[in-house]
Amino acid sequence: MTTPATPQTDTGGAIADTPFAPLVQTNAAIGEPRLVRWLLIGLTLLFLGVFLLLPLLAVFTQALASGVGAYFSAMVDPDALSSIRLTLLTAAIAVPLNTVFGVAAAWAITKFKFRGKGLLITLIDLPFSVSPVIAGLVFILIFGSRGWLGPWASEHGLKIIFAAPGIILATVFVTFPFVARELIPLMQAQGTDEEHAALTLGARGWSTFWHVTLPNIRWGLLYGVLLCNARAMGEFGAVSVVSGHVRGQTNTMPLQVEILYNDYQFAAAFAVASLLALLAFVTLGLKSFLEWRHGSELAAVRGH
Amino acid sequence: MNITIRGISKRFGDFTALHGLDLDVASGELLALLGPSGSGKTTLLRAIAGLEPIDGGRILFGDTDATRLSVQERRVGFVFQHYALFKHMTVLDNVTFGLRMRPRAQRPGSAEIRRRGLELLDLVQLGGLEGRYPTQLSGGQRQRVALARALAIEPRVLLLDEPFGALDAKVRKDLRRWLRQLHRDTGYTTIFVTHDQEEALELADRIVVMNRGRIEQIGSTDEVYDSPGTPFVFDFLGSPNVLPGEVRTDGIYLLGATAPIEAPNGFQPGPVDVYARPSDFRVVGEDAAAIDGQVMETQRTGVLVRLTVKLAANQQVVEIEIPHPDPEMKVWLSGDQIRLRPAHFSLYRDRPPQPANITEDRSADYAAPDSRVRGQ
Repeated sequence: MTTPATPQTDTGGAIADTPFAPLVQTNAAIGEPRLVRWLLIGLTLLFLGVFLLLPLLAVFTQALASGVGAYFSAMVDPDALSSIRLTLLTAAIAVPLNTVFGVAAAWAITKFKFRGKGLLITLIDLPFSVSPVIAGLVFILIFGSRGWLGPWASEHGLKIIFAAPGIILATVFVTFPFVARELIPLMQAQGTDEEHAALTLGARGWSTFWHVTLPNIRWGLLYGVLLCNARAMGEFGAVSVVSGHVRGQTNTMPLQVEILYNDYQFAAAFAVASLLALLAFVTLGLKSFLEWRHGSELAAVRGH
Repeated sequence: MNITIRGISKRFGDFTALHGLDLDVASGELLALLGPSGSGKTTLLRAIAGLEPIDGGRILFGDTDATRLSVQERRVGFVFQHYALFKHMTVLDNVTFGLRMRPRAQRPGSAEIRRRGLELLDLVQLGGLEGRYPTQLSGGQRQRVALARALAIEPRVLLLDEPFGALDAKVRKDLRRWLRQLHRDTGYTTIFVTHDQEEALELADRIVVMNRGRIEQIGSTDEVYDSPGTPFVFDFLGSPNVLPGEVRTDGIYLLGATAPIEAPNGFQPGPVDVYARPSDFRVVGEDAAAIDGQVMETQRTGVLVRLTVKLAANQQVVEIEIPHPDPEMKVWLSGDQIRLRPAHFSLYRDRPPQPANITEDRSADYAAPDSRVRGQ
């Protein structure tokens, strides 16, 4: 066996002999050490476990602590059923409204140039930056018995605050940004070339939206709608202020959970809570299913 | 369909993109809008299509005033630089989109739409790919789908915005030749935008050279290339050497020459800029009109040899291209003395024609090239 012809100190020679070695050794940005990789993965899993999985598990164990019978009887309790109905009604109105508003706002912001665009973008974010409690109070100030429009509303027999309309209004306010926020960056990235192409080919505004814009944004839109829906069903703060907590009438599911909990009916509280959690699962499952079902189409859109 | 453009102007805030342009496009013509970025060429194209509202002027399609017509009503075929294909539609659905969007009364039956779509795909040599999605096609194929889609509406005029800008050199060359052929076969009035002088020269019947929202020159490819109307046009169509010269009563002299290279041509006496392309120089022997220089560097570029030459008279460095020498020709080495004479050139003066009693301080208004040396 002979010693290598190139001395260790001759760096020029060493580089010439193994041209790629220095590159790989010094470029830590590409190859993380194994330890760092496992540490990061472990940390992420631990965090998810403690802060997401564990509470979820707790909800279901607590809900079923008094047996399956108690679980289901808690569900069919008239107050609980009423809260489920109100929650679904609220979401059924707030989500379509905000879908239309969100698409319109995103369309206006990304496809047109106009004065005050920056202000509009800021306003869209307002519900995110304002505490939900304040959002609720705003509606009390407007529609409450001493509010601006309250006397007018009661004259016409409209009950807004401490009733379903108030709850729906507060929910619409709080969930307004989800769809718009999801669509604006997407539509900005896509630009206006395809819409312009459609116009030159003779398509009118509505056809262009239906045949070109909507198919391009449908996945972003779906995602925004799902997030919006999740929040609409789960909103607590704003709804709590305007609801008045009338059992069996103006309680949504999150409010029902709180009331039951305050009444020491833990099993019932967690049963309703588990239903909310299930709704979240359905939401996520639906999203995954659609992505899987339309995967190739999705890839075609994203791959471009 | 012939297109008449009269005084169209467009401003974006403080920036004037188009300064009242006039342009006539003959029916069936293949016209290039050539210019650097920011010259207004794409704005002009989009204005013709109706995609960019204009601030003033008129656009006529034949005898029809199209100025107030909407994009849809203008019926122009527009091909975008990045294709703008509908990603979620098949190739066939893309091509037939224009037909399917027609009002019900004018819309052909679905079998007829399909037939026309397939026919167009054959025309652009994409037969058999009708079921693919745009992402499953190469760049050149996508561009041809975009073209077929634009042709489907039987446009009054075909507008192409940097049609080959996003393609690699080889594909670009093939597509150019193919587009030229397609134009010959279909006869659509076609306007395309490009910043590539080679593309404009190879493809177009006529070239409109644009600069800063104005038209510098309109002419056939030969006119624009052989007699550029302005220094800008010359500069844009090749990288010229600008030599200092002087107009005297008996002709035009290059700096350092003892005989004129050309008759005065009606130029007023005084300094003049002589623009000549690298390939327009000839190496000469004893010629009183030629100028002396020293070879600094030689570089082989395919069939040509590029020589960097420092001129004796003013130490200016010029680049010239001469054919690669055959065995009998002299091989130039750096340090060699050389005599050059531009065979083709254009003369420009920075200053516009002035009355004879021009005062000296006015000359400071014009940014003369550093290389300019007055006198002999």
